[in-house]
Amino acid sequence: MLVEDIMKTKVISLPPTATIAKTLRLLQKHRIRHIPIVNEENEVIGIVSDRDVRDASPSILLEDSDSKELDNEIQTIMSSPVITIHPLDFVEEIARIFYDKEIASLPVVKDNKLVGMITEKDMLYTLIQLTGTHVQSSLIEVKVPDIPGIIPKVMEIFGKRKVNIASVLVYPYKDNSLYKVLVFRIQTMNPLPIIQDLRDAGYQLMWPNNIPEPKI
Amino acid sequence: MRKDASFIFSDEFLRYHFHEKHPFNQKRIILTKELLEHSNVLIEDDFIAPRKASDKELALFHNPEYIEAVKHASNGELEETKMNEFGLGTEDTPIFEGMHEASSLMVGGSLTAVDEVLNGRTNHALNLGGGLHHGLNRKASGFCIYNDGAIAIKYIRENYNLRVLYVDTDAHHGDGVQWAFYDDANVCTFSIHETGRYLFPGTGNVDERGIKSGHGYSFNLPIDAFTQDESFLEVYESAFRSITHFFKPDIIVTQNGADAHTFDPLTHLCGSMKIYERIPELAHELAHEYCGGKWIALGGGGYDIWRVVPRAWAQIWNVMKTNSIATGLLPHSWREKWQQHSPVELPHSWHDNENAYPNIPRKAEIKEKNKKLLAHLLKYTKV
Repeated sequence: MLVEDIMKTKVISLPPTATIAKTLRLLQKHRIRHIPIVNEENEVIGIVSDRDVRDASPSILLEDSDSKELDNEIQTIMSSPVITIHPLDFVEEIARIFYDKEIASLPVVKDNKLVGMITEKDMLYTLIQLTGTHVQSSLIEVKVPDIPGIIPKVMEIFGKRKVNIASVLVYPYKDNSLYKVLVFRIQTMNPLPIIQDLRDAGYQLMWPNNIPEPKI
Repeated sequence: MRKDASFIFSDEFLRYHFHEKHPFNQKRIILTKELLEHSNVLIEDDFIAPRKASDKELALFHNPEYIEAVKHASNGELEETKMNEFGLGTEDTPIFEGMHEASSLMVGGSLTAVDEVLNGRTNHALNLGGGLHHGLNRKASGFCIYNDGAIAIKYIRENYNLRVLYVDTDAHHGDGVQWAFYDDANVCTFSIHETGRYLFPGTGNVDERGIKSGHGYSFNLPIDAFTQDESFLEVYESAFRSITHFFKPDIIVTQNGADAHTFDPLTHLCGSMKIYERIPELAHELAHEYCGGKWIALGGGGYDIWRVVPRAWAQIWNVMKTNSIATGLLPHSWREKWQQHSPVELPHSWHDNENAYPNIPRKAEIKEKNKKLLAHLLKYTKV
């Protein structure tokens, strides 16, 4: 899945000369946590987070403090250079950036111009979608030997039953590199015929089958 | 004079029939009805015939294009390219002749139940043909074509303007009804079901709480697979009481799927008849305490149609009609008539023999997890 498929294209941005006070208002009004700072050519030159702004604001504990700090220009506190991504990057790649860089928002830049934003939350939502849990479905987990060609063999069984597959995940079986676990979300309330077919074909199911004494 | 209860029934309910091998089988309604007749608690005066829901009534919840598609499918005229879009012609909801008429009658049954209760002719009404809670706005799903529960509640809202509490004890999440009223503060939905981690439809998390003005009026208890009676009833009773106290409904509509039993082939919960004795008792008690007795009960899932569903559903009627569950042995005449048709041995008693249940190694953990879930849900019922 590509960044351009999930990015928000209505982006709130500010020029470097905007005041901290204005930035604060925008963050609150739109309930967002990051605002990219762009120059007149719409090129990203910095980014501010709600935390940057909070740190720069006068403490509420100082009663007689004037709010001079809030009149400062945003470029005095913005972070730069900014890590940006491209609309054709992969969602998996940006997950890695969020993880490695410990940031929560990424401006999307094309031909040096700001075209979108992605937050950590958008990315997590997309990953949830990829697991298929948002469509009505039942789950089946199959333990298979880790050899080429095994997935099509298992899939053939699903294909015969005319049941739509909402998602497929593949993950390693514990620490044993000889096996993998295939997780299928299938769009049916009655997975019994497929479960039977899988068992008849000799596959071991992790689910349903994960307790020592199965249901009668 | 107002009756205690009405039994909505027609032989025509059996026309909601996908095919011989499909797990959804309305023969269970006949089995239940006869079990009650042989027990002498269901008599001629109790029956009310269902009416057919009009297109306008179906459209209280369903998209008109979808209703048209079902009608076409009903006549064998739905183009194959359109089937997928409407969830028709799938393994779960195959097309059958007359499906529109058969489904409209089930919906009509629930509307008849509403009218019986709200026109003051009866305190409680039971439509075992209803409870098809997975049906979506423009899609058939999970054996359900038209969502009679959602339509009946819309009908109550439109014609009687009452606040409705919908309680769903089917082992699958009551998603169709939840989404129908997700933004509605006058309809509170509560579903207890096996967690969606494995089981269809996958939703029904404790954090699904409604949106906009409906926020706070959607409750879910997604209990662990292999949950048994004690834990089920502990969390269910506590949640149901708290939610009813919080919402103070004018009427209670229950969906009484009977697929949380250990014999049920489609789910992984491990209940016994005990939960199906307590569920109607509790609904009955709370309906009288909060709603002047106004209670409508619908059917739902239930795929062990011989050993589980007839007893479970009959207990709803027993409670409605006699204010108590039946105990002891089942009528011999009923067993005698049906044993020859059943692939399994029919039960002898209204209750289950505890030895028949599997030993669940993780029982203590399951109980603990369910309790945590309950604590999470109860936070939301504090006014």
